[in-house]
Amino acid sequence: MNELALKELLYKIADDLLILGHRNSEWTGFGPLLEEDIAFSSMAQDKIGQSNALYSILNTLGEREPDTIAFTRNANQFHNCQLVELPNGEYDFSLVRHFLYDTAEVIRFEMLSESSNQPVAELSRKIRAELRYHTLHANTWMKQLGSATEESISRLQKSLDYALPYALGMFEESPYEKEMIASGIFGGEQALKERWMKKVEEIINQTSLTLPDWKLIAPVMGGRTGNHTEHLQPLLEEMSEVFRIDPSAEW
Amino acid sequence: MIYTKSDIYTWLEEVKDPEIPVLSLVDLGVITNIQLINNGVSIEMTPTFVGCPALDMMKSEIREVLTKRGIKNITINVSFREPWTSDRISKRGKVALKKFGLAPPPSREVFVDLEVLEHAICPRCDGSDTEMKNAFGPTLCRSIHYCNFCREAFEQFKPL
Repeated sequence: MNELALKELLYKIADDLLILGHRNSEWTGFGPLLEEDIAFSSMAQDKIGQSNALYSILNTLGEREPDTIAFTRNANQFHNCQLVELPNGEYDFSLVRHFLYDTAEVIRFEMLSESSNQPVAELSRKIRAELRYHTLHANTWMKQLGSATEESISRLQKSLDYALPYALGMFEESPYEKEMIASGIFGGEQALKERWMKKVEEIINQTSLTLPDWKLIAPVMGGRTGNHTEHLQPLLEEMSEVFRIDPSAEW
Repeated sequence: MIYTKSDIYTWLEEVKDPEIPVLSLVDLGVITNIQLINNGVSIEMTPTFVGCPALDMMKSEIREVLTKRGIKNITINVSFREPWTSDRISKRGKVALKKFGLAPPPSREVFVDLEVLEHAICPRCDGSDTEMKNAFGPTLCRSIHYCNFCREAFEQFKPL
């Protein structure tokens, strides 16, 4: 049972990283300014590399090779939350999503640094340190653009209102939530969500943006069990296009 | 054939970081353990950043250098048991970075807050009147800065 719980946890975290990593990479060559082009491309590389390390742990638990896991599944076999698969839209939405997601991820890996599973704890200590650069980036731009001009504030506010229900879907609970917490693998989605809300409030309160009452937001769930928007399958097809031409090729 | 662990370290100094060709893997601090095993060597290494694309190239170059010395049985394990931090770069490594034009990372004792990134020391003129332009750079381990004194852009090896 613990191993099932662990696998479910690793799949959803790694799938989030892979899919958002791919979305970030779509900014390569299209950033609103060169620095942002580099930042999103660099974060893409970090996230895809981190997903690879998590798929490698899954591989040691009897799952298939990382490339096979990443490139041969269909949308309904992915466990990422719907937030990360949504199209990039304009820069304001990508920034808001990056802020909401990475704020959660840094806390998730902080919690996992204490995991009873040693390989997960070791890797998480490493990833946590790297993600500090991602949250630094997100917080800086949220604070700047969130209090800059009427247009920047209204654009971010609109994207924030749109993204929040999906963001709450990040914390969809696992069927093994109780076992996972009891065995010390992970402190659980509820604890993570509470810390995340505090951190999001702390940053948003330093801007001209407003947060709606958390209780009035209906979370968009389903991603963790393979229910996705129509946007995921085309992403997967594009991401795996080259791999699928010859799955046995040596790279 | 007789060799010691210290011979292995010396030989591995030939292997450079593919993205920073003046810095050896030993000075970079990514070699975390070396063990002499039956008829060969077992090496444990750890990447600077989890997504570092140079890792496979580093592994194959380690293999090449040790094979050249006649070692047959070589195993290389990637581990996060002892994760890489920028404090693992040796003194000699930091000097090499600066000479290469990359600001060495400040020590982690100073690096309590990412604010310290704002004031990287310019590797060309040693000026401290600098500003960070981007926490992300041309490789995962570098950030981009500008020196207001010598009016040149420069990169820093990120503290981690």
